Amino acid sequence: MNTKAANSGSGQTQSGRPARLSLADWMPKIVMAPTVLVTLVCIYGYMIWTAVLSFTGSRMLPSYKFVGFDQYERLFNNDRWMVALSNLGIFGGLFIVICLFLGVTLAIFLDQKIRAEGAIRTIYLYPMAISFIVTGTAWKWLLNPTNGLEKMMIDFGFENFKFDWLINPDMVIYCLVIAAVWQASGFVMALFLAGLRGVDGDLIKAAHLDGASTFTTYRRIILPSLKPVFFSALVVLSHIAIKSFDLVAALTNGGPGYSSDLPANFMYTYTFTRSQIGLGSASAMVMLGCVLAILVPYLYSELRGKRHE
Amino acid sequence: MSNLNSTSKKAVGRKTSGLDKVLRVALYTVLIIVAAFYLMPFIVMLITSLKDVEEIRTGTLLSLPASLHFDSWSKAWSSACTGSSCGGISPYFMNSFQIVLPAVAISTLVGAINGYVISLWKFRGSDFFFAAMLVGCFIPFQVILLPMAQTLGWLGIANTTTGLVFVHVVYGVAFTTLFFRNFYQSIPSELVKAARLDGAGFFTIFYRIILPVSTPIIVVTVIWQFTQIWNDFLFGVAFSGFDTQPVTVALNNLVNTSFGGKEYNVDMAAAIIAALPTLAVYVFAGKYFVRGLTAGAVKG
Repeated sequence: MNTKAANSGSGQTQSGRPARLSLADWMPKIVMAPTVLVTLVCIYGYMIWTAVLSFTGSRMLPSYKFVGFDQYERLFNNDRWMVALSNLGIFGGLFIVICLFLGVTLAIFLDQKIRAEGAIRTIYLYPMAISFIVTGTAWKWLLNPTNGLEKMMIDFGFENFKFDWLINPDMVIYCLVIAAVWQASGFVMALFLAGLRGVDGDLIKAAHLDGASTFTTYRRIILPSLKPVFFSALVVLSHIAIKSFDLVAALTNGGPGYSSDLPANFMYTYTFTRSQIGLGSASAMVMLGCVLAILVPYLYSELRGKRHE
Repeated sequence: MSNLNSTSKKAVGRKTSGLDKVLRVALYTVLIIVAAFYLMPFIVMLITSLKDVEEIRTGTLLSLPASLHFDSWSKAWSSACTGSSCGGISPYFMNSFQIVLPAVAISTLVGAINGYVISLWKFRGSDFFFAAMLVGCFIPFQVILLPMAQTLGWLGIANTTTGLVFVHVVYGVAFTTLFFRNFYQSIPSELVKAARLDGAGFFTIFYRIILPVSTPIIVVTVIWQFTQIWNDFLFGVAFSGFDTQPVTVALNNLVNTSFGGKEYNVDMAAAIIAALPTLAVYVFAGKYFVRGLTAGAVKG
């Protein structure tokens, strides 16, 4: 392999006689060592640590009395967790679908030789530069029923306009979707726009010479060739959804009650404020499982794709 | 996609007028409406921050203030209550800088050297290690929160700025390494071999050959890291003490602290202040920001 060839080549002097191992041969390993150590400890070690804790009865402090799968059983009997999990399903599903739809549509629209494209793109993407805490604060104000959108619509003359999602336990999860879509859809647009610009121009010309309409060209030729972009957008979005913590903290703080909790907030609350370390760890492991379920197929297909190149 | 349009125009050149114009107008209308949707929250925040409490109560979201009130801005900056204290968000704003600057510098430097090794000084297992490290970009950080909290305690840097810098470096290096590695992949390894034959060492090559061509990727990485760390909330809330909180945590406390009436104008002013540094980066270096986003997404 490349690696070996490079190493043996570098270990020899010009005349071909093996040189003694110089410091330079060790240098790459020495400088990588801290990163290797930290990765092993702080990523894999901690993962295992949390996994171990999830099988213990730890409450306020970590203890190592093993209780088997008890914490997982408690977790899935915990109504708050089940609400958080189903919220993740609703939130994640809608967030991903709407972002992808908006992203693709806007990218195609912007790809039509739009005047001031740069300015419009800048406007679509700026939310991605700000913190979810700021986003949450802004939307909390916009969506609040007393002074927000509801009042504005009433003052505009729609007297029966009602928009109380933020304080309605059944609807509050959609407020999270709105704010999250606002923040991330421009980013998906940017991904697809970059993808569109990379499509082979000759292919499109050929399609047009064959009489395909712009619509058909997009549907049959351009969009299918953007499959990889679609795939990475999907992975990034689901990753954002599963990790969502700050948005909930700022926009709803899980409320009303715990109707808008997501798993990340559940984990934080139980681990750090409710002194249920074992239960919190179990919930973290379930989150990790969700991420791996998405990540492993993705990495697998990425690596397989590379080999074909 | 300029090709697409020019050819389609040629193909249907004769009937470009009527329908096409209507479609064009519709297209711009949609784009502008969507732009309004993205801009609205920011505009509302700005308007609200400039009103006084009475105007907020009686007016609507988009009604303009009768006169501009900057009191809420100064209050948000220096005297609003954020949970434990009432000194505004300015001290936390400074905390954020104290966390972000060293964390960005260290993680970028480490990432550059890692990327240099992984792409140009491969050793047995370096590719495998790189793959293992990539997982670090993806794990939900909930999995490491508690062990990290304990570790910081043992190291004696719990609730300190140093602790937060440490955490951000540890979990940022995976990204920075990824960025630099992808960038250095395109540098021919013959270049390094030739330099070695001329007697140049590991660091000389890095310093004299690699670093001078790295400016674009350094900019991308610095911007990416700056945005990520500035906007972080999870690590901030889990690992900071009362007086080392980053601005995101302080903002959240400020908004959720209600002594007496809610002062939305102060909330909004504080939110804008907290967003300003990353917005400024975005406005002045948007090109690199987007490049980082797409690089992180497509390859990560």
